[in-house]
Amino acid sequence: MNGARNANVGIGRAAGQVHRMLTEAWRLQPLYVSLYAILLSFVVGGVLISIIGVNPFTAYWALLRGMVGGGDEIAGSLARSVPFIGSALALAFAFRAGLFNIGAEGQLLAGGITAAYVGALSWMSDLPGIVAIPLILIAGTLGGAIWGGIPGVLRTKTGAHEVISTIMLNSLVLFGVRWMVNSRDPVVLRDTESTVPRTDPISDTAVLPELVDSQPVLHTGLFALVGICFVVAFVLKRTTFGFEVGTVGLNPHASHYAGINVNRVIVASMAASGAFAGLAAASEISGTNGFFQPGTFFLMGFDGIAIALLARTNPVAIIAAALLWGSMLSGAPLMQQEADVSIDVVRIIQAMVLLFVAADAIVRYLFRVRELDQSPFKATSVEGAV
Amino acid sequence: MLEVEGITKAFPGVVANDDVSLTLNQGEIHCLLGENGAGKSTLVNMVFGLYRPDQGIIKVRGEEVHFEDSGDAIDRGIGMVHQHFQLIPVFTVAENIILGNEVTKGAFLDLDSARRQIDSLAERYGLAVDPDATVGDLSVGEQQRVELVKALFRDADILILDEPTAVLTPGEVDDFFGVVESLTGQGKSIIFITHKLREVLAVADRITVLRAGRVVGTAAAEGATQQSLANLMVGRDVVFRVDKAEADPGAPVLRTQGLRVADDRGVETVTGFDVEVRAGEIFGIAGVEGNGQRELVEAVCGMRPTAGGRVEMLGQETTDWSPRKINELGVAHVPENRSKHGVVAQYTIADNLVLNRYHQRKFSQRGVRNTAAINAEAQELVEQFDVRTPGVDAFIDTLSGGNQQKVIVARELTGDLKALVVAQPTRGLDVGSIEFIHRKIIELRDRGVAVLLVSAELDEIMSLSDRIGVLYRGRLAGTVNAADATREELGLLMATGSSEGQR
Repeated sequence: MNGARNANVGIGRAAGQVHRMLTEAWRLQPLYVSLYAILLSFVVGGVLISIIGVNPFTAYWALLRGMVGGGDEIAGSLARSVPFIGSALALAFAFRAGLFNIGAEGQLLAGGITAAYVGALSWMSDLPGIVAIPLILIAGTLGGAIWGGIPGVLRTKTGAHEVISTIMLNSLVLFGVRWMVNSRDPVVLRDTESTVPRTDPISDTAVLPELVDSQPVLHTGLFALVGICFVVAFVLKRTTFGFEVGTVGLNPHASHYAGINVNRVIVASMAASGAFAGLAAASEISGTNGFFQPGTFFLMGFDGIAIALLARTNPVAIIAAALLWGSMLSGAPLMQQEADVSIDVVRIIQAMVLLFVAADAIVRYLFRVRELDQSPFKATSVEGAV
Repeated sequence: MLEVEGITKAFPGVVANDDVSLTLNQGEIHCLLGENGAGKSTLVNMVFGLYRPDQGIIKVRGEEVHFEDSGDAIDRGIGMVHQHFQLIPVFTVAENIILGNEVTKGAFLDLDSARRQIDSLAERYGLAVDPDATVGDLSVGEQQRVELVKALFRDADILILDEPTAVLTPGEVDDFFGVVESLTGQGKSIIFITHKLREVLAVADRITVLRAGRVVGTAAAEGATQQSLANLMVGRDVVFRVDKAEADPGAPVLRTQGLRVADDRGVETVTGFDVEVRAGEIFGIAGVEGNGQRELVEAVCGMRPTAGGRVEMLGQETTDWSPRKINELGVAHVPENRSKHGVVAQYTIADNLVLNRYHQRKFSQRGVRNTAAINAEAQELVEQFDVRTPGVDAFIDTLSGGNQQKVIVARELTGDLKALVVAQPTRGLDVGSIEFIHRKIIELRDRGVAVLLVSAELDEIMSLSDRIGVLYRGRLAGTVNAADATREELGLLMATGSSEGQR
């Protein structure tokens, strides 16, 4: 008992040391909890790996090489991360307006199917790329924006809580697109020449240029999504609209009093959220597959929630968090191959990261972090908007 | 009965009590007077065992005590009636009173014997309560009596009353003073906390004045005056009367006709309200809280939809206009609820100072905020309205309530105003801030602004207003000229809706 306690104190002390290092050297104050949550999750994951009889260092070494071990690995990791940036922004932006948009999963599908449909229109092949590519991206963005805007409208017109309505809209679009892509009689959007259910291939003119022929393909959509993060950061911090969004998120009553059209801000924020997811989906359709397959975006929206929370809804930090998330998934197969540790272990570690970020008291206690910043995603702060 | 000797209590960043001593004799009413934040509540919370002092001694009946919690204090015969009642609305009076001190017979509550005890206490001290009434149905005054009986039921000899009159109508206050005197007449000792000078002089035997955590004076009530106490409380000479010239009213600016408004539950609390406020006059609305004040103000300012009737500003119908449209006509609104509507706690002082003007050309160009202009404006307002702050980029929730209110007032009173709607402008503020805000409101009136003032403080209404209307059950029960109004007349109107009285 006593030994365990001493060890505990010892770990605590070491952790305190790490904390001081971070404070003094890097000024990463607002992201402490996230950084420690990652650290802690890998430690617990390591224990898990050693329980199944594998040396955790061997496993993690393989994982690391799978993530960034060479040019192809790095490109693959980047490619895997691109769409996560969009789905995480979808959560983060709504969050600033005090809304909990857990519908990115559905907004990706809505954006993706719209992009695939527009991209495969016959006249697209007559357009030059400089027109066709923006067109397919805008189509996806609009699709996502509409699917995200609906819960916003429902919220303002009927009071339906966006958590409930986005969950329902997720199911609606999931089964909707599945039917559209599967159905042979009638044919809706299925490519009848293909043996697997998918949409018609998009026009060659609507394909985003490729950067590296990695697995998956790293395409120029990367620049679009990274650029959007900086635009969103600017909008939130410096623009009048961003001020309205933040004010509604922090105090909808005071916003109403101050003359802000709260309903308009809610609908606009939800639509913008959906737009980011839609853009991510469109850039994937255009840059990698060239067609829509329902499974492509599986879990991508929900991972976006975790990434946004890990980045504490900071749009620039989202880039880093999405890169970490995507490259872990991209590196996991090598770990499985070399160390015989299932890919699911990476999923478990990721789940723990989110858990530790949400239950930040654990992290604060272990690493002696004082409550400096307000946790942006405790249950109470979500209630903010009424 | 009770001696407090050299008590010191520090919280992170502040010394709430610094070497405070106080003696309470048997059968006396000892008033504890001080501004908000002077340390009154901290002191009594230590006496009631809710905090532990850092230094100093508390003696009860000559014996030194160390309370671990309020249970220990209750065991020593100390009872406390908090400002916010600690009652359960769905329980009956008897159930509330015995809660935590249940009279039982075997495994069952013995409500009959509890009822008998309550009745005898009530009779003895003149505290009429019905043991079988449900607490939620009682008026605020009745609930307060329940709290008192609850303390007496636990054999309290020393009663601590924390701002007991804040929630009462003038008539109820008089009844309450009667009860307090009958309690001391039968040997109970009372610590009475307040910041209302009139009340102190009406009931106190002795007075202790606290300022910034220290005792700045202890005096017998005999010989003390409102002026001398106010000076002690604030630490300088207080201008007591609000100095103002005769009003010079002009054209009507704000008018309502048959206005009806529902509250959040859908119950109509404003039921046909007619008023006309002219330029250059202050129209005060007196009334017991909950008679439709909140809904009236919110409807006039566009924050709440009307259920009927009309609102006019400057000759235009503005019924159900948006808050921004009304604001842009030159109508400012100091809201009743500071933290809910008045400020965004997580924003800086500068952002709060432009909360309703952030979109104007001056502060925003092509959709991008002009931080430099915002800060410059904030700096100017902070100086002009004497907001005590280290800087405009400090978060607003680091300010005291009085300074937060000054920020709101600064924001609202700036610009080309035609009308001003103010609700409870000085609630919970210290004397210095109250004086300041009153002066600003009168300045505006003198510049020809029409002012609609809603306040639960009758003193505030009487000293600021030119005309006074009494709001009773959602309509005006009567309008009087402030110069001719008496407390008695207004009190009667507030309580019964009629100046003849129905009691």
